[in-house]
Amino acid sequence: MRAFSQHQGVVAPMDRSNVDTDMIIPKQFLKSIKRTGFGPNLFDELRYLDEGRPDQDCSERPINPDFVLNQDRYKNASVLLARRNFGCGSSREHAPWALEDFGFRVIIAPSFADIFYNNCFKNGLLPIVLPEEIVNQLFGEVEQNEGYQLSVDLEARTVTTPSGETFSFEVDDFRRHCLLNGLDDIGVTLEDADAIKTYEDSRRKTAPWLFGASS
Amino acid sequence: MAGKTLYDKLWDDHLVKQRDDGSALIYIDRQLLHEVTSPQAFEGLRLAGRKPWRIDANIATPDHNVPTTDRERGVEGIVDPVSRIQVETLDKNCDEFGILEFKIKDQRQGIVHVIGPEQGATLPGMSIVCGDSHTSTHGAFGCLAHGIGTSEVEHVLATQCLVQQKMKNMLVRVNGKLGPGVTGKDVVLAIISKIGTAGGTGHAIEFGGEAIRGLSMEGRMTICNMSIEAGARVGMVAVDDTTIDYVRGRPFAPKAEQWDAAVEYWRSLRSDDDAVFDKVVELEGSEIQPQVSWGTSPEMVVGVEGHVPDPEKEADPIKREGIVRALKYMGLEPNMPITEIKLDRVFIGSCTNSRIEDLREAAAVVKGRKVSPTLKQAMVVPGSGLVKAQAEQEGLDKIFLEAGLEWRDPGCSMCLAMNADKLGQGEHCASTSNRNFEGRQGFGGRTHLVSPAMAAAAAVTGHFVDVRELMN
Repeated sequence: MRAFSQHQGVVAPMDRSNVDTDMIIPKQFLKSIKRTGFGPNLFDELRYLDEGRPDQDCSERPINPDFVLNQDRYKNASVLLARRNFGCGSSREHAPWALEDFGFRVIIAPSFADIFYNNCFKNGLLPIVLPEEIVNQLFGEVEQNEGYQLSVDLEARTVTTPSGETFSFEVDDFRRHCLLNGLDDIGVTLEDADAIKTYEDSRRKTAPWLFGASS
Repeated sequence: MAGKTLYDKLWDDHLVKQRDDGSALIYIDRQLLHEVTSPQAFEGLRLAGRKPWRIDANIATPDHNVPTTDRERGVEGIVDPVSRIQVETLDKNCDEFGILEFKIKDQRQGIVHVIGPEQGATLPGMSIVCGDSHTSTHGAFGCLAHGIGTSEVEHVLATQCLVQQKMKNMLVRVNGKLGPGVTGKDVVLAIISKIGTAGGTGHAIEFGGEAIRGLSMEGRMTICNMSIEAGARVGMVAVDDTTIDYVRGRPFAPKAEQWDAAVEYWRSLRSDDDAVFDKVVELEGSEIQPQVSWGTSPEMVVGVEGHVPDPEKEADPIKREGIVRALKYMGLEPNMPITEIKLDRVFIGSCTNSRIEDLREAAAVVKGRKVSPTLKQAMVVPGSGLVKAQAEQEGLDKIFLEAGLEWRDPGCSMCLAMNADKLGQGEHCASTSNRNFEGRQGFGGRTHLVSPAMAAAAAVTGHFVDVRELMN
């Protein structure tokens, strides 16, 4: 996984609440057996006017000029500013894969759905929760300033605006540690292989019906 | 010291290691796999040169992409080549790693969340995961069950554990008795409408109270299934006689003396009387009407006697904007009665409502009636090959066919429209599934979430109607 320590980038505003993972990447693109290549279909139903198909050349498709990511000023955005309950619905990790593939590194919202929030950290994507009033303020600043950028420092847990205003955010230590170092968390867990075996041996004695049933 | 909640007990029983940074290693007893969220996980294992930690903890089946017709041809019958590759990839991965899979032609094939309980592969007290958010379904058995992403599918394959942070405890208590014609589906839609789609975020929900205790296992599964639509990854119901009676005798359930030991343990899987919850929500069962969703979020729900809301009456600007957007997408006018919404299709199926009791409820309503000629299609998709066989043994298939509904083969089908079953642009569908998001059932499709009985009633009238008016 790509490590994340600091990032500065153009902010795109996604001004609707309850953005679900079906909206982030519609189901027809979930048929891929790969982890990459989902970027052109990010927000497919909002971004294009026609119905998308897998393995299609998206450069020929009619785009929705009203959709935020189709506007020139946001085309190179790498920070997504969003509303409440972002990423709700399906557990599909294709959603963070698509956001990352498009070029996003940071998503800021007043709240995220649990599974999506967790999935982001596995893919070098940093979800940041900020209070709603600060998110409202940032929406206003993005709207008024073309090329508006935010700086994010994961080590310091801060978001800084162009005027130098800084907001702190919380992130739990384990996720932060893995993301800062780009760690494969399977490798980290396997360092505790002995503890897993000890647990398993004891469980096998107290609840033997949990073992061997499906083999 | 206060007692423990059911979630606290399940957490403690699966705790391998508490780390200093607040995270914990939690042991996973059962992983269910399907074709959509597993290929990248198996590929990850191969690339890292890792082996599955415990083969026998895994069970797989293809469900999301499978066609619901022409199944005699097996994988060859999947017309879409991209879908076919995904199902073939699951078969290959399971064969390579030695994982038990109910393949497309196996009668035990079906929707993962239907076949786990059906096989007794879902047992009380287990920790269960699957790369699918509706894994919360299994919480109906007093399990710690939740959906995960593909990276975590790989993590569980490789380590039999997940890195977790403990969630908060929430109790949703439904008091009293439910009225006739009111089902588990109506209860959970009413709960989501009350607490919102983020109401359970960060929490494990336990559903309790007399109305929940009075439900069958299938009704409880429907409720736990949609916990995620209330924002909670985990939904649970305490173990009681209903749970134990359901599990007894199933193929993977413990036998002989192991059964007795298991039952003794299972009976402890309830919250202590003095347990403290971080959040408690109460509903009165007798006040719940049959529910219908009108919008594009599962919290946009109203009783069948109600009306489409008026955004002018919403004070919160973000919610008001959401209502305006939803009404535009759904093609509905503020204040119109729910019963005036005309339908194009009816879908009875999905991991929420495709079990035998769901099919019986729907059949009881359509029996002796005909599908409205104004509908383009009404289809019934059983949750598994065994549910299908049971329904046919009871003659339910004939009731559906005589009424003019289609009787299909098992799979996720039109719940998410990854196979050929989908809505056309602008079409309204009465659906027993779980999500009414934009485009969920097909590009531009308009989903209304309802119970199987309400979907059946809509099928024979062509619009929403209070199913209680059709019941004898």
